[in-house]
Amino acid sequence: MRDYSLFVPEYIAAGAAIAIVAIELIWPRLRKDVLAYLMAAVSLGWLAASLAYLGRDPKEFMGVLVVDDFTTYFRALAAGIVFVTCLLSAQYLRRRTREASEYYGLLLTAGAGMSLMAAARELLTAYLALELLSFSLYILVGFFRRDLKSNEASLKYVLLGGFASAMLLYGISLLYGLTGNTTYDAVAEALANRSGDTDVAAIAAFVLIIAGLGFKVSAVPFHTWAPDAYTGAPVPITAFLSTASKAAGFALILRLFTNAFHTDPEEWRWLVAVVAALTIVFGNLVAIQQTNFRRLIAYSSIGQVGYMLVPVAALGYGDGEIAHAATAALLLHLTGYIISTLAAFSAFQAAYDRTGDDTIPGLRGLAETQPFLAMVITISLFSFAGLPVFAGFATKLFMFQASALPELMWLVGIAVAASFVSLYYYLMVMRQMYLFDPPEGASRFRVTPALWAAAAALMLGTIFVGAYPQPLFDAADGAASALFQEGAAPHQVRER
Amino acid sequence: MTLEEAQGYVLLATLATPLVTAAILVLIPSQYRMAHRYLSLAAGAVMLGLSVYVFAAYQVGHDPIQMTLRWPWVENVAFLGEKGVSLYLGVDGISALLTLLNGIVAFGGILVSWKIDYRPKDFFILYLVLLTGVYGTFFSLDLFFFFFFYELAVVPLYLLIGVWGSTRKEYGALKLTLYLVAGSVLIWIGIFAVVREAGLGTFSLPALWEAGQSGALSPAFQKTFFPFFAVGCGVLAGLWPFHTWSPDGHMSAPTAVSMVHAGVLMKLGAFGIIRLGIQILPEGAEFWMPTLLVLGTIGAVYGAVGALTQRDFKLISGYSSVSHMGYVLMGLGTLNAVAMTGAVLQMFSHGVMTALVFLLIGAIYDQAHTRDMKDFGGVAKVMPLWVIGYVIAGLANVGLPGLSGFTAEFHIFVGTFRSYPVFGALGVLAAAFAAAYMLRLFSIVFFGPLNPRWASLRDARPVEVISGGLLILSILAMGLYWAPFVDRVSETVLVLPGVTN
Repeated sequence: MRDYSLFVPEYIAAGAAIAIVAIELIWPRLRKDVLAYLMAAVSLGWLAASLAYLGRDPKEFMGVLVVDDFTTYFRALAAGIVFVTCLLSAQYLRRRTREASEYYGLLLTAGAGMSLMAAARELLTAYLALELLSFSLYILVGFFRRDLKSNEASLKYVLLGGFASAMLLYGISLLYGLTGNTTYDAVAEALANRSGDTDVAAIAAFVLIIAGLGFKVSAVPFHTWAPDAYTGAPVPITAFLSTASKAAGFALILRLFTNAFHTDPEEWRWLVAVVAALTIVFGNLVAIQQTNFRRLIAYSSIGQVGYMLVPVAALGYGDGEIAHAATAALLLHLTGYIISTLAAFSAFQAAYDRTGDDTIPGLRGLAETQPFLAMVITISLFSFAGLPVFAGFATKLFMFQASALPELMWLVGIAVAASFVSLYYYLMVMRQMYLFDPPEGASRFRVTPALWAAAAALMLGTIFVGAYPQPLFDAADGAASALFQEGAAPHQVRER
Repeated sequence: MTLEEAQGYVLLATLATPLVTAAILVLIPSQYRMAHRYLSLAAGAVMLGLSVYVFAAYQVGHDPIQMTLRWPWVENVAFLGEKGVSLYLGVDGISALLTLLNGIVAFGGILVSWKIDYRPKDFFILYLVLLTGVYGTFFSLDLFFFFFFYELAVVPLYLLIGVWGSTRKEYGALKLTLYLVAGSVLIWIGIFAVVREAGLGTFSLPALWEAGQSGALSPAFQKTFFPFFAVGCGVLAGLWPFHTWSPDGHMSAPTAVSMVHAGVLMKLGAFGIIRLGIQILPEGAEFWMPTLLVLGTIGAVYGAVGALTQRDFKLISGYSSVSHMGYVLMGLGTLNAVAMTGAVLQMFSHGVMTALVFLLIGAIYDQAHTRDMKDFGGVAKVMPLWVIGYVIAGLANVGLPGLSGFTAEFHIFVGTFRSYPVFGALGVLAAAFAAAYMLRLFSIVFFGPLNPRWASLRDARPVEVISGGLLILSILAMGLYWAPFVDRVSETVLVLPGVTN
């Protein structure tokens, strides 16, 4: 059935992306921060339109896209992330460029790509949605054409991204050869009934698909683009990269693994567990050596992706009930992580606007010159490290608890030990802010109201999720349920 | 509302007082320094009053767990069932005693922090958060919140020591934080394993205790995971050989933080071994306890010998803390009711005594800016009150009858001699070393000719006299009239699983 009314939020995003370019053409003298606030308002409308679908019966669009609570969850997240990114960009971009409409337009298309990745129930549709997000990001990362680092970052991202896409497509084509279909349901059924002599092809397909998706969420060893892209991109785009791009990747992974791959878990679960372990260990160990705040966050977010792959591995080891709980806990943690990351970047952005220095020693004495920003950064970093009251503690504990199967205790152990390592490098940032006096001549400064409000709201969000996770956990559980409904995920697993 | 419910709200109020005060302090601009101080002091007084009430109102001869209050927090979602995680408060005899300890030490700590001039607002906020964590751990009957508050108590330490500390403060702060968090890693893993294995969909501690004692957790499982809790909590309790953060941390910490840290926080570790180790995994405890006994005894002797070789006041007390926590672990390791009662009494006794010592060290360091005991001599002539306080603390440390240390150590030694005479003897040997290091300090610092450099030292100030007096009163109370302490503790200890009478 072609029910075009299912995609109102995407119409809003794509329509506004086109409209804003026209607006800048017609009124070229319009202040660039006005464009940002306009798009922030649009993303609020987008959010409202997304939430209108909440709790309705799932509806399919020609068997390739589905709008259910899982889609709604990620649509809302996408709209929220774009909203915050617009706020962060407003003054930053106004000071640096004279044409900003493409930037905001691409942000919106990237967000729409993220929603579609969550909605896709067919391999090629999922691939197209992923490329919509990726192409928008390639341009956004290199948006400052005259900035060499921005160029380098973009080039590296495009080349490696193209390579990853090729692997993903190759994996998809192998899978199509195996199953003769590309919709998730049909793939699941074909995998459940395939004969034993196709094991090698199945493993090759899973390896390639996991590699391709691993690149998008920057899992080790496919992470090499991330630190450079994070450092070279405009600061708000770094925030967007470390939240939206990862959330979208996990949206795709979750639906794919619970609706298509779950009937044949033995061929891929070990691989996910190994990638998770590598990502956790590597991301956290390399983060220790960083001296640049953005690179530090890049590596720390690689470590965070590793944690989030633990419940994905649990999808393969547990039964339907465990998979459901692991999915819900992963969605909860992902959301908490997004809120904390955006809080950290709002505060960092404000400090960076003042100092123009993105190294860790550049934050020296921030507790004296701007105690509010120092507090927000501290709270977000503590949330990453999983310390109590802040989001990370409860969400990480629930996520690891949901994944703590006997077969995965070793992985959970590595993850918890790595959180401990991560506290060390977060403390190194706090040491600069709290233990040292500010450099000569630095004085107290004010933060622009938009950034102040964003940082304050996100900080409160970080505390709220940590202090009372029930509402968000319920929402995450509702979204996860959509993946495990009768018919959506048949639970007969392939016999060996 | 029944009395039980009303008392549950008392626990909630005790827990909320420091937290709410900290939140109010955040909102008051930092230039109103006196407002921050008076508010914190008021909070300290309220906490002291409520803690005394909790201790006094605990009824001997009733259910071991009293004053319960349960608020659902997260439930019926994902793997969590009915009452999955709830804010479940309550005290038994052990935590009632430790609550009293925290009230006394916290109040004293706030008083002596009066003179802090550098960013007092931030200091008091972090200090109050620390106290919230300590109370919460003592009150929690839910594994999630137990660990939540346990971690909350560890979080502020890095900044408290790193910003307001002395002597190698960054090193001490980082070492302490990393050691304690490494211990937490083991506790996390233990929690995941226990909650998964029990399969109840709840973090409620009484439900998990039931699972551990009814055999739902297999003996092999219990033996595998007991060390996770014992070592994880043991790090905080100064368990040898994971104790090395303790002297360094104490040396670097500001006075009030040393007081709470040595006085109360280290007890959280021993308390964790009881709550998580012995109560959830009794069979694992039975299997591993001899090991804990050996490590505790080594800690007791090693700490005492270590203290003999040190010259810095705080390092002496740091090693002495390792030694005394060794007694506590020794007492727990016997799984004998008398020795375990002694171990819990020792937690209180060492808490008040060591808080007093750190308070007095802070008082002299602020004036002299040195803590090397070879620099001093004849201090009794200029600081008589100070010396009296120190002597009382020192003698309690040694275990002089009539002071709290005697009551506690007597129980430990009697209990240990019954089951393990050799270790009892080693414990007494450690007490003899304690006498040696204390008397050495007395003779060098207090007596002999007065070094003219110190002729201008002022005696203890009123704030120090008040908070020190409170601590001395506690030492005397436990030493002279120990019935209320022993009754509460021994009754709870007897219902712990696996404890022999």
